[in-house]
Amino acid sequence: MKMNSNTNVWRRSLGQGLAAITVSLGLASFQNIDTAAASEKSIEERYQVDTVATGLTMPWASALLPNGDLLVTERVGKLRLVKNGVLDPQEITGLPEILYKGQGGLLDINLHPDYAKNGWIYLSYSSPKKAGEPGDDAGANTALLRAKLKGHALVEVQHLFKALPNVKSNPHYGGRIVFDGKGYVFLSLGERGQKEKAQDLSKDQGKIVRLHDNGKIPTDNPFVKTKNADPAIWTYGHRNPQGLIYNKKTGVLWEHEHGPQGGDELNIIEKGNNYGWPVITYGIDYDNSIISEDTVKAGMEQPITFWRPSIAPCGMTLVDNSKFEDWNGDLLVGSLKFWYLQHLTLEGNKVTKREVIFEKLGRVRDVRQGHDGNIYVVLENSGKVVRISPKN
Amino acid sequence: MKIILSLVIASLIGSNVFLKSSDELEKSIARGKMVYSENCISCHMGTGEGVTGTFPPLAQSDYLIEQQEESIRAIKYGLIGKITVNGVPYDNMMPSPGLDDEEIADVMNYILNTWDYKSDQPMITAQQVKLVKEE
Repeated sequence: MKMNSNTNVWRRSLGQGLAAITVSLGLASFQNIDTAAASEKSIEERYQVDTVATGLTMPWASALLPNGDLLVTERVGKLRLVKNGVLDPQEITGLPEILYKGQGGLLDINLHPDYAKNGWIYLSYSSPKKAGEPGDDAGANTALLRAKLKGHALVEVQHLFKALPNVKSNPHYGGRIVFDGKGYVFLSLGERGQKEKAQDLSKDQGKIVRLHDNGKIPTDNPFVKTKNADPAIWTYGHRNPQGLIYNKKTGVLWEHEHGPQGGDELNIIEKGNNYGWPVITYGIDYDNSIISEDTVKAGMEQPITFWRPSIAPCGMTLVDNSKFEDWNGDLLVGSLKFWYLQHLTLEGNKVTKREVIFEKLGRVRDVRQGHDGNIYVVLENSGKVVRISPKN
Repeated sequence: MKIILSLVIASLIGSNVFLKSSDELEKSIARGKMVYSENCISCHMGTGEGVTGTFPPLAQSDYLIEQQEESIRAIKYGLIGKITVNGVPYDNMMPSPGLDDEEIADVMNYILNTWDYKSDQPMITAQQVKLVKEE
Protein backbone atom coordinates (compact mmCIF):
# COMPACT_ATOMS: atom_id res chain seq x y z
CA MET A 1 0.00 0.00 0.00
CA LYS A 2 2.66 2.43 1.12
CA MET A 3 4.97 1.35 -1.67
CA ASN A 4 2.30 2.08 -4.25
CA SER A 5 1.51 5.53 -3.01
CA ASN A 6 5.17 6.41 -2.83
CA THR A 7 5.61 5.13 -6.38
CA ASN A 8 2.71 7.32 -7.52
CA VAL A 9 4.18 10.35 -5.85
CA TRP A 10 7.50 9.50 -7.49
CA ARG A 11 5.94 9.30 -10.92
CA ARG A 12 3.90 12.45 -10.55
CA SER A 13 6.86 14.35 -9.25
CA LEU A 14 9.37 13.23 -11.88
CA GLY A 15 8.89 16.20 -14.13
CA GLN A 16 8.98 18.76 -11.33
CA GLY A 17 12.68 18.83 -10.45
CA LEU A 18 14.61 17.35 -7.59
CA ALA A 19 13.53 19.82 -4.91
CA ALA A 20 9.87 19.24 -5.69
CA ILE A 21 10.41 15.49 -5.51
CA THR A 22 12.00 15.74 -2.10
CA VAL A 23 9.21 17.96 -0.75
CA SER A 24 6.34 15.89 -2.07
CA LEU A 25 7.92 12.62 -0.99
CA GLY A 26 8.54 14.03 2.42
CA LEU A 27 4.98 15.35 2.71
CA ALA A 28 3.45 12.18 1.40
CA SER A 29 5.27 9.94 3.82
CA PHE A 30 4.64 12.31 6.72
CA GLN A 31 0.90 12.28 5.97
CA ASN A 32 0.91 8.52 5.61
CA ILE A 33 2.48 7.99 8.99
CA ASP A 34 0.11 10.47 10.61
CA THR A 35 -3.01 8.78 9.28
CA ALA A 36 -1.75 5.32 10.12
CA ALA A 37 -0.80 6.35 13.63
CA ALA A 38 -4.15 8.01 14.20
CA SER A 39 -6.15 5.03 13.01
CA GLU A 40 -4.02 2.56 14.98
CA LYS A 41 -4.93 4.35 18.19
CA SER A 42 -8.32 3.28 19.46
CA ILE A 43 -11.12 5.77 19.94
CA GLU A 44 -10.74 5.34 23.70
CA GLU A 45 -7.08 6.30 23.52
CA ARG A 46 -7.81 9.42 21.53
CA TYR A 47 -10.97 10.68 23.20
CA GLN A 48 -12.34 10.76 26.68
CA VAL A 49 -15.97 10.40 27.68
CA ASP A 50 -16.95 12.26 30.86
CA THR A 51 -20.34 12.16 32.52
CA VAL A 52 -21.49 15.74 32.95
CA ALA A 53 -25.05 15.10 34.13
CA THR A 54 -26.69 12.17 35.82
CA GLY A 55 -29.96 11.25 37.51
CA LEU A 56 -32.17 12.44 34.67
CA THR A 57 -35.47 10.72 33.79
CA MET A 58 -35.84 9.97 30.08
CA PRO A 59 -33.60 12.83 28.92
CA TRP A 60 -34.19 13.87 25.29
CA ALA A 61 -31.89 16.80 24.48
CA SER A 62 -29.41 19.21 26.02
CA ALA A 63 -28.18 22.76 25.49
CA LEU A 64 -24.93 24.12 26.87
CA LEU A 65 -25.41 27.68 28.13
CA PRO A 66 -22.61 30.27 27.77
CA ASN A 67 -21.91 30.09 31.52
CA GLY A 68 -21.31 26.33 31.31
CA ASP A 69 -24.64 25.28 32.80
CA LEU A 70 -26.52 22.62 30.92
CA LEU A 71 -30.25 22.69 30.25
CA VAL A 72 -31.71 19.23 29.68
CA THR A 73 -35.21 18.25 28.56
CA GLU A 74 -36.79 15.18 30.14
CA ARG A 75 -39.43 13.57 27.95
CA VAL A 76 -41.66 13.08 31.01
CA GLY A 77 -42.30 16.83 30.72
CA LYS A 78 -39.60 18.51 32.78
CA LEU A 79 -36.84 20.96 32.00
CA ARG A 80 -33.78 20.59 34.23
CA LEU A 81 -30.69 22.62 34.98
CA VAL A 82 -27.28 21.08 35.57
CA LYS A 83 -24.65 23.19 37.33
CA ASN A 84 -21.05 22.02 37.67
CA GLY A 85 -22.08 18.46 36.91
CA VAL A 86 -24.82 18.43 39.56
CA LEU A 87 -28.48 18.11 38.65
CA ASP A 88 -30.42 20.93 40.26
CA PRO A 89 -33.30 19.28 42.16
CA GLN A 90 -35.51 22.29 41.44
CA GLU A 91 -37.13 21.90 38.03
CA ILE A 92 -37.73 24.82 35.68
CA THR A 93 -41.28 26.14 35.84
CA GLY A 94 -43.38 27.79 33.15
CA LEU A 95 -43.75 24.93 30.66
CA PRO A 96 -47.14 24.53 28.96
CA GLU A 97 -49.30 21.39 29.16
CA ILE A 98 -47.30 18.52 27.66
CA LEU A 99 -48.55 15.06 26.71
CA TYR A 100 -46.11 12.38 27.90
CA LYS A 101 -47.43 9.33 26.10
CA GLY A 102 -46.06 6.98 23.47
CA GLN A 103 -43.14 8.78 21.82
CA GLY A 104 -44.40 12.15 22.97
CA GLY A 105 -43.39 14.52 25.74
CA LEU A 106 -40.96 17.38 26.13
CA LEU A 107 -38.60 16.93 23.20
CA ASP A 108 -35.88 19.20 21.81
CA ILE A 109 -34.15 22.31 23.10
CA ASN A 110 -31.98 24.78 21.22
CA LEU A 111 -30.56 28.20 21.89
CA HIS A 112 -31.01 31.13 19.52
CA PRO A 113 -27.73 31.84 17.68
CA ASP A 114 -27.68 35.23 19.48
CA TYR A 115 -28.63 33.70 22.82
CA ALA A 116 -25.90 35.61 24.63
CA LYS A 117 -27.65 38.83 23.60
CA ASN A 118 -31.34 37.94 23.52
CA GLY A 119 -31.69 34.92 25.86
CA TRP A 120 -34.20 33.05 23.69
CA ILE A 121 -34.52 29.32 24.35
CA TYR A 122 -36.55 27.21 21.92
CA LEU A 123 -38.38 24.06 23.01
CA SER A 124 -40.46 21.49 21.14
CA TYR A 125 -43.04 19.23 22.78
CA SER A 126 -46.16 17.14 22.30
CA SER A 127 -49.03 19.54 22.71
CA PRO A 128 -52.45 18.07 23.56
CA LYS A 129 -55.46 19.25 21.57
CA LYS A 130 -56.87 22.57 22.67
CA ALA A 131 -60.43 23.78 22.15
CA GLY A 132 -60.95 24.93 18.59
CA GLU A 133 -58.00 23.05 17.12
CA PRO A 134 -58.67 20.52 14.38
CA GLY A 135 -58.07 16.80 14.82
CA ASP A 136 -58.82 13.89 17.14
CA ASP A 137 -60.19 14.44 20.63
CA ALA A 138 -57.45 13.54 23.11
CA GLY A 139 -55.02 13.85 20.21
CA ALA A 140 -51.78 15.80 20.15
CA ASN A 141 -49.09 17.11 17.85
CA THR A 142 -45.69 18.77 17.96
CA ALA A 143 -45.43 22.40 19.02
CA LEU A 144 -42.64 24.97 19.26
CA LEU A 145 -42.25 27.74 21.82
CA ARG A 146 -39.57 30.15 22.84
CA ALA A 147 -38.96 31.65 26.26
CA LYS A 148 -36.27 33.15 28.47
CA LEU A 149 -34.83 31.62 31.60
CA LYS A 150 -35.06 33.72 34.74
CA GLY A 151 -33.78 31.85 37.77
CA HIS A 152 -35.78 28.63 37.71
CA ALA A 153 -38.61 29.93 35.58
CA LEU A 154 -39.35 30.26 31.90
CA VAL A 155 -40.63 33.77 31.27
CA GLU A 156 -41.89 35.68 28.22
CA VAL A 157 -43.17 32.40 26.79
CA GLN A 158 -44.17 32.76 23.12
CA HIS A 159 -46.01 29.99 21.31
CA LEU A 160 -44.56 30.00 17.82
CA PHE A 161 -46.04 26.99 16.04
CA LYS A 162 -48.27 23.97 16.47
CA ALA A 163 -48.44 21.15 13.95
CA LEU A 164 -52.01 20.33 12.95
CA PRO A 165 -54.20 18.37 12.98
CA ASN A 166 -54.00 16.73 16.41
CA VAL A 167 -53.67 12.98 16.11
CA LYS A 168 -54.52 10.37 18.72
CA SER A 169 -51.66 7.98 18.20
CA ASN A 170 -48.40 7.26 19.97
CA PRO A 171 -45.61 7.43 17.38
CA HIS A 172 -43.59 9.91 15.32
CA TYR A 173 -43.46 13.44 16.69
CA GLY A 174 -40.12 14.38 15.04
CA GLY A 175 -39.34 17.51 17.06
CA ARG A 176 -35.82 18.63 16.12
CA ILE A 177 -35.13 22.41 16.19
CA VAL A 178 -32.30 24.01 14.23
CA PHE A 179 -31.25 27.56 13.22
CA ASP A 180 -29.51 28.65 10.06
CA GLY A 181 -28.01 31.79 11.56
CA LYS A 182 -29.87 33.92 9.00
CA GLY A 183 -32.91 34.54 11.17
CA TYR A 184 -34.80 31.33 10.41
CA VAL A 185 -35.68 28.36 12.55
CA PHE A 186 -36.49 24.87 11.24
CA LEU A 187 -38.63 22.29 13.05
CA SER A 188 -38.96 18.65 11.99
CA LEU A 189 -42.35 16.93 12.23
CA GLY A 190 -43.16 13.21 12.15
CA GLU A 191 -46.19 11.84 10.33
CA ARG A 192 -47.74 10.57 13.60
CA GLY A 193 -48.17 7.08 12.17
CA GLN A 194 -50.34 8.28 9.27
CA LYS A 195 -47.92 7.85 6.41
CA GLU A 196 -50.06 9.10 3.56
CA LYS A 197 -50.35 12.49 5.30
CA ALA A 198 -46.64 13.08 4.66
CA GLN A 199 -47.62 13.84 1.04
CA ASP A 200 -50.56 16.09 1.98
CA LEU A 201 -49.50 19.75 2.08
CA SER A 202 -52.65 20.72 3.98
CA LYS A 203 -51.42 18.70 6.97
CA ASP A 204 -48.26 19.31 8.99
CA GLN A 205 -47.46 15.63 9.48
CA GLY A 206 -44.21 14.42 7.90
CA LYS A 207 -42.91 17.91 7.14
CA ILE A 208 -40.07 20.24 7.96
CA VAL A 209 -41.30 23.76 8.59
CA ARG A 210 -39.35 27.00 8.37
CA LEU A 211 -40.25 30.08 10.38
CA HIS A 212 -38.71 33.43 11.22
CA ASP A 213 -37.16 33.15 14.65
CA ASN A 214 -40.19 35.05 16.03
CA GLY A 215 -42.60 32.48 14.58
CA LYS A 216 -43.77 34.54 11.60
CA ILE A 217 -44.06 32.68 8.34
CA PRO A 218 -41.51 33.78 5.74
CA THR A 219 -43.12 35.09 2.56
CA ASP A 220 -40.56 33.22 0.44
CA ASN A 221 -41.50 29.80 1.81
CA PRO A 222 -42.19 27.43 -1.10
CA PHE A 223 -45.92 26.78 -0.58
CA VAL A 224 -47.19 30.19 0.52
CA LYS A 225 -49.16 30.49 -2.73
CA THR A 226 -50.23 26.84 -2.94
CA LYS A 227 -53.95 26.41 -2.31
CA ASN A 228 -54.77 24.71 1.02
CA ALA A 229 -51.09 24.20 1.84
CA ASP A 230 -49.66 25.22 5.21
CA PRO A 231 -47.34 28.10 4.28
CA ALA A 232 -44.94 27.11 7.08
CA ILE A 233 -43.91 23.98 5.14
CA TRP A 234 -40.37 23.96 3.79
CA THR A 235 -40.14 20.28 2.71
CA TYR A 236 -42.42 17.24 2.79
CA GLY A 237 -42.53 13.45 2.40
CA HIS A 238 -40.79 12.68 5.72
CA ARG A 239 -41.53 9.83 8.11
CA ASN A 240 -40.01 10.70 11.51
CA PRO A 241 -37.08 13.12 11.27
CA GLN A 242 -35.08 13.34 14.50
CA GLY A 243 -31.74 14.60 13.27
CA LEU A 244 -31.22 18.11 11.90
CA ILE A 245 -28.03 20.16 11.62
CA TYR A 246 -27.17 23.22 9.56
CA ASN A 247 -23.70 23.64 8.11
CA LYS A 248 -23.06 27.37 8.28
CA LYS A 249 -19.99 27.10 6.07
CA THR A 250 -21.67 25.36 3.15
CA GLY A 251 -25.29 26.34 3.73
CA VAL A 252 -26.33 22.68 3.68
CA LEU A 253 -29.14 21.51 5.98
CA TRP A 254 -28.63 17.85 6.90
CA GLU A 255 -31.51 15.72 8.12
CA HIS A 256 -31.95 12.11 9.08
CA GLU A 257 -35.17 10.28 9.68
CA HIS A 258 -36.41 6.99 11.06
CA GLY A 259 -37.58 5.03 8.04
CA PRO A 260 -39.48 1.78 7.92
CA GLN A 261 -37.53 -1.48 8.37
CA GLY A 262 -34.23 -1.00 6.52
CA GLY A 263 -35.07 2.49 5.30
CA ASP A 264 -33.56 5.05 7.71
CA GLU A 265 -32.36 7.98 5.60
CA LEU A 266 -29.82 10.77 5.57
CA ASN A 267 -31.02 13.68 3.40
CA ILE A 268 -30.01 17.16 2.36
CA ILE A 269 -32.99 19.44 2.92
CA GLU A 270 -33.70 21.94 0.17
CA LYS A 271 -36.60 24.31 -0.31
CA GLY A 272 -39.84 22.77 -1.53
CA ASN A 273 -38.49 19.26 -2.03
CA ASN A 274 -40.47 16.06 -1.61
CA TYR A 275 -38.48 13.30 0.13
CA GLY A 276 -40.87 10.63 -1.00
CA TRP A 277 -42.35 8.94 2.06
CA PRO A 278 -44.36 6.71 1.63
CA VAL A 279 -44.38 6.78 -2.19
CA ILE A 280 -40.73 5.79 -2.43
CA THR A 281 -38.67 4.10 0.28
CA TYR A 282 -35.75 1.70 0.62
CA GLY A 283 -37.44 -0.01 3.55
CA ILE A 284 -40.33 -2.40 4.01
CA ASP A 285 -42.99 -2.24 6.68
CA TYR A 286 -42.28 -3.79 10.06
CA ASP A 287 -44.87 -6.49 9.41
CA ASN A 288 -42.71 -7.33 6.36
CA SER A 289 -45.33 -6.04 3.93
CA ILE A 290 -44.28 -3.92 0.96
CA ILE A 291 -44.98 -0.21 1.41
CA SER A 292 -43.88 0.70 -2.10
CA GLU A 293 -42.27 -1.15 -4.98
CA ASP A 294 -40.47 2.08 -5.86
CA THR A 295 -37.25 3.48 -4.50
CA VAL A 296 -36.92 6.18 -7.15
CA LYS A 297 -39.46 8.50 -8.67
CA ALA A 298 -39.25 11.70 -10.69
CA GLY A 299 -39.84 14.76 -8.54
CA MET A 300 -38.79 12.98 -5.35
CA GLU A 301 -35.42 13.21 -3.66
CA GLN A 302 -33.01 10.36 -3.12
CA PRO A 303 -31.32 9.99 0.27
CA ILE A 304 -27.59 10.70 0.48
CA THR A 305 -27.29 7.36 2.25
CA PHE A 306 -29.67 4.93 3.95
CA TRP A 307 -29.24 2.40 6.73
CA ARG A 308 -30.09 -1.27 6.30
CA PRO A 309 -30.54 -2.64 8.88
CA SER A 310 -32.10 0.40 10.50
CA ILE A 311 -30.07 1.98 13.30
CA ALA A 312 -32.94 4.20 14.54
CA PRO A 313 -30.98 7.43 14.09
CA CYS A 314 -31.57 10.07 16.73
CA GLY A 315 -29.54 13.24 17.11
CA MET A 316 -26.85 14.50 14.78
CA THR A 317 -24.10 17.05 14.83
CA LEU A 318 -21.58 18.40 12.41
CA VAL A 319 -18.11 18.50 13.89
CA ASP A 320 -16.71 21.97 13.28
CA ASN A 321 -13.62 21.90 15.40
CA SER A 322 -9.99 21.10 14.61
CA LYS A 323 -9.63 19.55 18.10
CA PHE A 324 -11.31 16.49 16.58
CA GLU A 325 -8.80 16.16 13.80
CA ASP A 326 -10.20 12.98 12.24
CA TRP A 327 -13.85 14.01 12.57
CA ASN A 328 -13.60 17.69 11.66
CA GLY A 329 -16.16 18.57 8.98
CA ASP A 330 -17.93 15.22 9.37
CA LEU A 331 -21.28 14.15 10.80
CA LEU A 332 -21.84 12.23 14.02
CA VAL A 333 -25.16 10.38 14.21
CA GLY A 334 -26.68 8.71 17.29
CA SER A 335 -28.32 5.29 17.25
CA LEU A 336 -31.22 4.60 19.58
CA LYS A 337 -31.28 0.98 18.55
CA PHE A 338 -27.65 -0.05 18.76
CA TRP A 339 -26.46 2.28 21.53
CA TYR A 340 -23.56 3.82 19.59
CA LEU A 341 -22.54 6.77 17.47
CA GLN A 342 -21.73 6.61 13.80
CA HIS A 343 -19.06 8.80 12.29
CA LEU A 344 -20.03 9.67 8.71
CA THR A 345 -17.05 10.83 6.68
CA LEU A 346 -18.08 13.56 4.26
CA GLU A 347 -16.47 14.54 1.01
CA GLY A 348 -18.46 17.49 -0.20
CA ASN A 349 -22.05 16.33 0.11
CA LYS A 350 -21.25 12.62 -0.19
CA VAL A 351 -20.80 10.12 2.61
CA THR A 352 -17.68 8.13 1.82
CA LYS A 353 -17.51 6.05 4.99
CA ARG A 354 -19.65 5.08 7.96
CA GLU A 355 -17.82 4.03 11.07
CA VAL A 356 -19.27 2.81 14.37
CA ILE A 357 -17.75 4.63 17.34
CA PHE A 358 -18.34 4.36 21.10
CA GLU A 359 -20.09 1.02 21.10
CA LYS A 360 -22.39 0.36 24.06
CA LEU A 361 -22.47 4.06 24.92
CA GLY A 362 -26.22 3.98 25.54
CA ARG A 363 -29.57 4.71 23.97
CA VAL A 364 -28.57 7.91 22.17
CA ARG A 365 -31.23 10.65 21.97
CA ASP A 366 -29.18 13.70 21.16
CA VAL A 367 -25.73 14.56 19.81
CA ARG A 368 -24.43 18.10 19.57
CA GLN A 369 -21.31 20.20 19.65
CA GLY A 370 -21.30 22.73 22.47
CA HIS A 371 -19.84 26.25 22.26
CA ASP A 372 -16.73 24.80 23.93
CA GLY A 373 -16.18 22.59 20.88
CA ASN A 374 -16.87 19.33 22.72
CA ILE A 375 -19.55 16.82 21.80
CA TYR A 376 -22.48 16.36 24.19
CA VAL A 377 -24.46 13.12 23.98
CA VAL A 378 -27.76 12.49 25.78
CA LEU A 379 -28.33 8.88 26.88
CA GLU A 380 -31.90 7.91 27.59
CA ASN A 381 -31.30 4.55 29.30
CA SER A 382 -28.79 5.72 31.90
CA GLY A 383 -30.33 9.18 32.37
CA LYS A 384 -27.00 10.84 31.61
CA VAL A 385 -25.38 13.48 29.48
CA VAL A 386 -21.80 12.65 28.51
CA ARG A 387 -19.13 14.90 26.99
CA ILE A 388 -16.67 13.64 24.41
CA SER A 389 -13.43 15.57 24.18
CA PRO A 390 -9.97 14.88 22.77
CA LYS A 391 -7.28 13.68 25.15
CA ASN A 392 -4.27 15.91 25.26
CA MET B 1 -84.89 -33.79 38.46
CA LYS B 2 -83.54 -30.81 40.33
CA ILE B 3 -80.04 -32.11 39.90
CA ILE B 4 -80.49 -32.59 36.16
CA LEU B 5 -82.01 -29.13 35.80
CA SER B 6 -79.18 -27.46 37.67
CA LEU B 7 -76.67 -29.41 35.58
CA VAL B 8 -78.35 -28.18 32.42
CA ILE B 9 -78.41 -24.62 33.72
CA ALA B 10 -74.81 -24.89 34.79
CA SER B 11 -73.73 -26.20 31.40
CA LEU B 12 -75.72 -23.49 29.64
CA ILE B 13 -74.13 -20.82 31.77
CA GLY B 14 -70.78 -22.46 31.28
CA SER B 15 -71.06 -22.52 27.49
CA ASN B 16 -72.37 -18.98 27.47
CA VAL B 17 -69.46 -17.83 29.50
CA PHE B 18 -67.14 -19.74 27.24
CA LEU B 19 -68.68 -18.29 24.08
CA LYS B 20 -68.66 -14.83 25.53
CA SER B 21 -65.02 -14.99 26.65
CA SER B 22 -63.90 -16.50 23.36
CA ASP B 23 -65.63 -13.65 21.54
CA GLU B 24 -64.08 -11.16 23.96
CA LEU B 25 -60.68 -12.69 23.38
CA GLU B 26 -61.03 -12.39 19.62
CA LYS B 27 -61.97 -8.72 19.97
CA SER B 28 -59.11 -8.11 22.37
CA ILE B 29 -56.65 -9.77 19.98
CA ALA B 30 -57.91 -7.63 17.10
CA ARG B 31 -57.46 -4.44 19.14
CA GLY B 32 -54.09 -5.72 20.34
CA LYS B 33 -52.88 -6.11 16.78
CA MET B 34 -53.39 -2.37 16.25
CA VAL B 35 -51.65 -1.55 19.52
CA TYR B 36 -48.75 -3.80 18.52
CA SER B 37 -48.28 -2.30 15.07
CA GLU B 38 -48.23 1.21 16.50
CA ASN B 39 -46.09 0.73 19.57
CA CYS B 40 -44.07 -2.47 19.52
CA ILE B 41 -43.38 -3.56 15.97
CA SER B 42 -40.38 -1.38 15.12
CA CYS B 43 -38.23 -3.08 17.78
CA HIS B 44 -39.88 -6.47 18.32
CA MET B 45 -40.51 -6.88 14.57
CA GLY B 46 -43.48 -8.04 12.55
CA THR B 47 -43.50 -11.64 13.66
CA GLY B 48 -42.28 -11.03 17.19
CA GLU B 49 -38.80 -12.32 16.45
CA GLY B 50 -37.06 -9.23 17.87
CA VAL B 51 -33.39 -8.58 17.08
CA THR B 52 -31.24 -11.22 18.76
CA GLY B 53 -29.03 -9.65 21.41
CA THR B 54 -30.64 -6.21 21.02
CA PHE B 55 -34.42 -6.49 21.35
CA PRO B 56 -35.80 -9.71 22.89
CA PRO B 57 -38.23 -11.91 20.94
CA LEU B 58 -41.89 -11.97 21.91
CA ALA B 59 -42.78 -14.99 19.79
CA GLN B 60 -41.95 -18.28 21.50
CA SER B 61 -40.53 -16.33 24.44
CA ASP B 62 -39.96 -18.23 27.68
CA TYR B 63 -39.89 -14.92 29.56
CA LEU B 64 -43.36 -13.94 28.39
CA ILE B 65 -44.86 -17.25 29.51
CA GLU B 66 -42.95 -17.80 32.71
CA GLN B 67 -42.79 -14.20 33.90
CA GLN B 68 -46.13 -12.89 32.83
CA GLU B 69 -46.51 -10.37 35.62
CA GLU B 70 -43.02 -9.03 34.88
CA SER B 71 -43.98 -8.81 31.21
CA ILE B 72 -47.10 -6.80 32.00
CA ARG B 73 -45.09 -4.60 34.35
CA ALA B 74 -42.56 -3.98 31.57
CA ILE B 75 -45.26 -2.81 29.18
CA LYS B 76 -46.93 -0.72 31.87
CA TYR B 77 -43.90 1.04 33.32
CA GLY B 78 -41.04 0.35 30.92
CA LEU B 79 -38.13 -2.01 31.47
CA ILE B 80 -34.48 -1.31 32.00
CA GLY B 81 -31.54 -3.59 32.66
CA LYS B 82 -30.60 -7.21 32.23
CA ILE B 83 -33.03 -9.96 31.38
CA THR B 84 -32.54 -13.35 29.76
CA VAL B 85 -34.92 -14.52 27.06
CA ASN B 86 -34.63 -17.99 25.54
CA GLY B 87 -31.10 -18.23 26.93
CA VAL B 88 -29.90 -14.97 25.36
CA PRO B 89 -28.96 -12.05 27.63
CA TYR B 90 -30.44 -8.59 26.91
CA ASP B 91 -29.34 -5.35 28.57
CA ASN B 92 -31.44 -2.67 26.96
CA MET B 93 -34.17 -0.22 27.77
CA MET B 94 -37.80 -0.16 26.79
CA PRO B 95 -39.42 3.19 27.50
CA SER B 96 -42.99 2.97 28.77
CA PRO B 97 -45.13 3.12 25.64
CA GLY B 98 -47.87 4.92 27.55
CA LEU B 99 -50.69 2.40 27.09
CA ASP B 100 -53.76 2.16 29.28
CA ASP B 101 -54.67 -1.07 31.11
CA GLU B 102 -57.02 -2.27 28.39
CA GLU B 103 -54.47 -1.63 25.64
CA ILE B 104 -51.87 -3.57 27.62
CA ALA B 105 -54.27 -6.50 28.08
CA ASP B 106 -55.12 -6.35 24.37
CA VAL B 107 -51.51 -6.36 23.21
CA MET B 108 -50.65 -9.21 25.60
CA ASN B 109 -53.58 -11.21 24.23
CA TYR B 110 -52.44 -10.47 20.69
CA ILE B 111 -48.86 -11.56 21.40
CA LEU B 112 -49.90 -14.71 23.30
CA ASN B 113 -52.27 -15.82 20.55
CA THR B 114 -50.23 -15.07 17.44
CA TRP B 115 -47.14 -16.44 15.69
CA ASP B 116 -47.96 -20.10 16.37
CA TYR B 117 -47.92 -19.55 20.09
CA LYS B 118 -49.05 -22.80 21.66
CA SER B 119 -49.28 -21.24 25.04
CA ASP B 120 -52.97 -21.88 25.84
CA GLN B 121 -52.83 -18.90 28.13
CA PRO B 122 -56.07 -17.69 29.64
CA MET B 123 -57.22 -14.29 28.45
CA ILE B 124 -55.59 -11.36 30.19
CA THR B 125 -57.98 -8.68 31.39
CA ALA B 126 -57.58 -4.98 32.08
CA GLN B 127 -58.43 -5.78 35.69
CA GLN B 128 -55.37 -8.05 35.93
CA VAL B 129 -53.20 -5.35 34.41
CA LYS B 130 -54.56 -2.81 36.87
CA LEU B 131 -53.32 -4.93 39.78
CA VAL B 132 -49.72 -4.93 38.52
CA LYS B 133 -47.80 -2.20 40.32
CA GLU B 134 -44.46 -0.58 39.67
CA GLU B 135 -41.65 -2.07 41.73
